[in-house]
Amino acid sequence: MDRSHGIGPDGAAIVASPSASRTARIRASAVLFRRPWLRAVLLLSAPGAWFVAIYLAALVLLFVSALWSVDAFTGKLVHHWTFANFEQLFKVPAYRTIALRTIGIAAAVTLTDAVLALPFAFFAVRVAPKRLQSLLFIAVLIPLWSSYLVRVYVWRLILSKDGVLNWALEHIGLGALNIGYSNWAIWIVFSYIWLPFMILPIWSAFERLPDSYIEASADLGARGWQTFRTVVFPLVLPGIAAGSIFTFALTLGDFITPTLVGGAGSDFIGNVVFQNVGVANNVPFAAAFAVVPLVVMGIYLLGARRLGAFEAL
Amino acid sequence: MIGASRWSRVALGVWAALMMAFLFIPIAIIVLYAFNPSNVQSWPLDGLSTKWFSSAWHNAEMRHAFWLSVRAGLLATAIALALGSMAAFAVHRFRFFGREAISFIFVLPLALPGIITGMALNSFITFAGVSFSLTTIVIGHATFCIVVVYNNVLARLRRTQTSLVEASMDLGADGWQTFRFVTLPVIATALVAGGLLAFALSFDEIVVTIFTAGAQNTLPIWIFGNIRLGQQLPQVNVVVLFVILVTLIPVALAQRLTRDTGLLRSRARPPGALPQGTGQLS
Repeated sequence: MDRSHGIGPDGAAIVASPSASRTARIRASAVLFRRPWLRAVLLLSAPGAWFVAIYLAALVLLFVSALWSVDAFTGKLVHHWTFANFEQLFKVPAYRTIALRTIGIAAAVTLTDAVLALPFAFFAVRVAPKRLQSLLFIAVLIPLWSSYLVRVYVWRLILSKDGVLNWALEHIGLGALNIGYSNWAIWIVFSYIWLPFMILPIWSAFERLPDSYIEASADLGARGWQTFRTVVFPLVLPGIAAGSIFTFALTLGDFITPTLVGGAGSDFIGNVVFQNVGVANNVPFAAAFAVVPLVVMGIYLLGARRLGAFEAL
Repeated sequence: MIGASRWSRVALGVWAALMMAFLFIPIAIIVLYAFNPSNVQSWPLDGLSTKWFSSAWHNAEMRHAFWLSVRAGLLATAIALALGSMAAFAVHRFRFFGREAISFIFVLPLALPGIITGMALNSFITFAGVSFSLTTIVIGHATFCIVVVYNNVLARLRRTQTSLVEASMDLGADGWQTFRFVTLPVIATALVAGGLLAFALSFDEIVVTIFTAGAQNTLPIWIFGNIRLGQQLPQVNVVVLFVILVTLIPVALAQRLTRDTGLLRSRARPPGALPQGTGQLS
């Protein structure tokens, strides 16, 4: 049947011959409809070109440049292949310290957030009445979506010498705790900023946990703690692993928080990278150092995958 | 509920209350500091005052940075809406070779640390001999905003039956009519929500922006610079409260629009790195 003979909006059959341009448009639509690959190619051309020509090209250039060097005299890139940047990373003890500090604090933040989030998510999903549960859910989303920079800044105010923390500690009779501008401050602030990223995957893991498993465990004589350890925990572990991907990766790549709340000896990998791109104008070395968190993250993802993290994302 | 004794329930409730305090006391403090009458940022505040509001509002540098952020956000959002929804349509409708790889590449800007995206774009811009401008900021922002729109539209399309489109074509509509009267109404709220989230993300972004702005100041860069140098802090306190509102209002609206798809739950990426849609990694 000729596709141009359809039913009009008033329900009457359209028999009058449609205009040529309309026929052409319907033909074109039919051609596209019958050839899905053509539509896919047309749809993907613009976003694909954007990603390939800008983003992927930039990433490839970056990692190739890790194998280049910078002329010390002119400050220009020299395009001959060398592993000097990576050698420098391994040889200079300061860089090793910075890498270990970054990875160590990222691990500490991940552990802290898991410990903070697990009982909270358990309460929200399994204990709290429905009303309270949806309130708590919004309460987790609000800090997640509030400005990152602002939340770091407020901790700089809280932890400073005459900030809220010291005032509160002195009021309850404990001495002031001067942890502003230190690694402790970085640890607290990262744990605060990324906490919602840990809560949400654990929350969904608890939602997927069937009540009947817990009932069965209790029927078979397990007490509360035993049920938690042998039934609940293994089943929410993929959620914890999923959350830990965020807390760990986000901490590894950050330099704003160490800049704002860290002290003199608190540089992260990100800080060294930032200084080398901006002030020192040594992009090859910055690129080489940026490979470190990528490799660490790659290894981490392989581990998280074995714990079922990807299914829990 | 099940499996928890009365005491452990009470203990869990107390824990949850402590977590709420941990999450919200800092936010309350930032609100209070905006009304700090003093030049000195010490606690407790000596009263509350709105005296810094007008000087913050009239700060020329701040206004300039604010408008740059708004323009960058709007442009990046417009590009993201067009490219993100095209990509979502392609990945949703068709099975083709390399489809998984493509959907992986689209979420990469959120999955990779912002510093890597930023540094890569920075050296690419320098390498290409382009000078830093509004355009370079928009390029950086659009790259990660595309993902937000892509995720929103894709989630909506997955909940829509393709038979609607087939029915429309069978009834004689051409491609444009089908898009205008069938597809667009179905994805409209997902598009608006994606656009709002993209704008909020762009407005607050600092890591990629630092690398793509050159000497220009967006609002987050202006705030960051002042905090670091300890300058104009009373005005920063006011601006920072305003930034929280500007980022939260679009997100609240987006949440209402996509209640069914519940997309906000999958946000990941931060402001440093909002890994929204890293769910695609598997």
